[in-house]
Amino acid sequence: MTPPALLVDGLAYAYPDGHQALFGVNLRVDRGERVALLGPNGAGKTTLVLHLNGVHTPGAGRVEVGGLAVAKPNLKEIRRRVGIVFQDPDDQLFMPTVREDVAFGPANFGLPPERVDQALAAVGMTEHADRSPLHLSGGQRRRVALATVLACDPEILVLDEPSANLEPVARRELAEVLLGLDRTLLMVTHDLPYALQLCPRSVLIDNGVVVADGPTRDLLADTELLAAHRLELPFGFRLD
Amino acid sequence: MNPLHRPGDSPVHRLPAQVKIVGALAFVLCVVATDRTAYWAFGAYLAVLAAVWVVAAIPPGWMAKRALIETPFVVLALAAPFLGGGPETEVLGVSVSVSGLLAGWNIVAKGTIGVLASLTLAATTTPRDLVVGLQRLRTPSVVVTIATLMLRYLEVIVAEARRMRLARISRGHDPRFLWQVGATARGIGTLFLSSYERGERVHLAMVSRGYAGALPDTGGPARPLSWLSGLVPAATAAVVLVGTL
Repeated sequence: MTPPALLVDGLAYAYPDGHQALFGVNLRVDRGERVALLGPNGAGKTTLVLHLNGVHTPGAGRVEVGGLAVAKPNLKEIRRRVGIVFQDPDDQLFMPTVREDVAFGPANFGLPPERVDQALAAVGMTEHADRSPLHLSGGQRRRVALATVLACDPEILVLDEPSANLEPVARRELAEVLLGLDRTLLMVTHDLPYALQLCPRSVLIDNGVVVADGPTRDLLADTELLAAHRLELPFGFRLD
Repeated sequence: MNPLHRPGDSPVHRLPAQVKIVGALAFVLCVVATDRTAYWAFGAYLAVLAAVWVVAAIPPGWMAKRALIETPFVVLALAAPFLGGGPETEVLGVSVSVSGLLAGWNIVAKGTIGVLASLTLAATTTPRDLVVGLQRLRTPSVVVTIATLMLRYLEVIVAEARRMRLARISRGHDPRFLWQVGATARGIGTLFLSSYERGERVHLAMVSRGYAGALPDTGGPARPLSWLSGLVPAATAAVVLVGTL
């Protein structure tokens, strides 16, 4: 039996200033699954994401990626396996050209340079490889940010608010790219319709624990559950 | 501001950046080492630069406009003949100091040629290639990293500052009045903090992709022929320098 792509077991964490963000999170994501991570601001979503690649060290509990424990000796391999696409592409794209930025990860992890072109092709940005990220549109930057992570051949893709600040067309184009990738996906988002479109399963986190885990459509149809955790569908949406 | 880089596809543009950096530095060293009374040598240096411009297809007017950056130094140089001490001489009926005159000439001649040489390097090399060249020349990796990030984020930060300024003047801010500079100052403080926080986020994103302290090496080594042809101007300057001794 192959190990799950991601296993989080009893994860608890308090920030150095004493603020406790996670109180025993359990989460299992199998290979090939696409899971939305929902929750209000301050629920602990970002804190959880930063545990997945070992930026934070758990106070209690453990995290495994593809069967490999997130621990100091494995950090390099863990960071290759967990591809995080951050919310603001300007934070992620720091090299002067698109191609150099996409090549940054593979160079660090010792992966073959062909991966750069494959990743750019996978997000449809091959023709912009030699441009500066500064001169790309918001949607194009988002896709390049995705390519920088895809080039590292991750076990699990983690997206932080992928649809934030995107115009509707760019939002749809990104969804099409993501649906065509055939990879394990964990998507942190407030955009509930986007979660429904992309992820068959959703996990709702609030106050540092998982409060619901099930089919996205069922979760989003539970108005009381959403309201109890400061979530709601946009105006005009109904699922029941 | 006028862009310092002039895109092109001349042999000078195509030279690897590291060759051009070494060439420009060696050339300027020769100029600086020249005795200030060897007047003909400065004409020769200028001729060498002009030859490079011809090959790189850079119009002299383009260069002249950007060389204006030197103006403050020229003003200083013009003052030198009147401020210097020692024996005096008559120029156009005005009595000026001989040593001051020579000092002023020294500043103008070497400064101008130095500025023109730097502008030639900048005109034919993109900022990105300059950083690659520095990396090839084994500049410490922290310097290369800082320069790379500066290239990338300078425009981001300038755009942020512009948005903040727009937001301020949209609410009636008019920094021409002295008592309103406080808001501008606080804006700069906010800009610093947001840039600092962005720095932390950028670092986090870099670490997540396996960053361990050095940027990957880019660009290839220069071929011997590139070095040979790229150093011709500097070598000519060296010959001129030896000729003045």
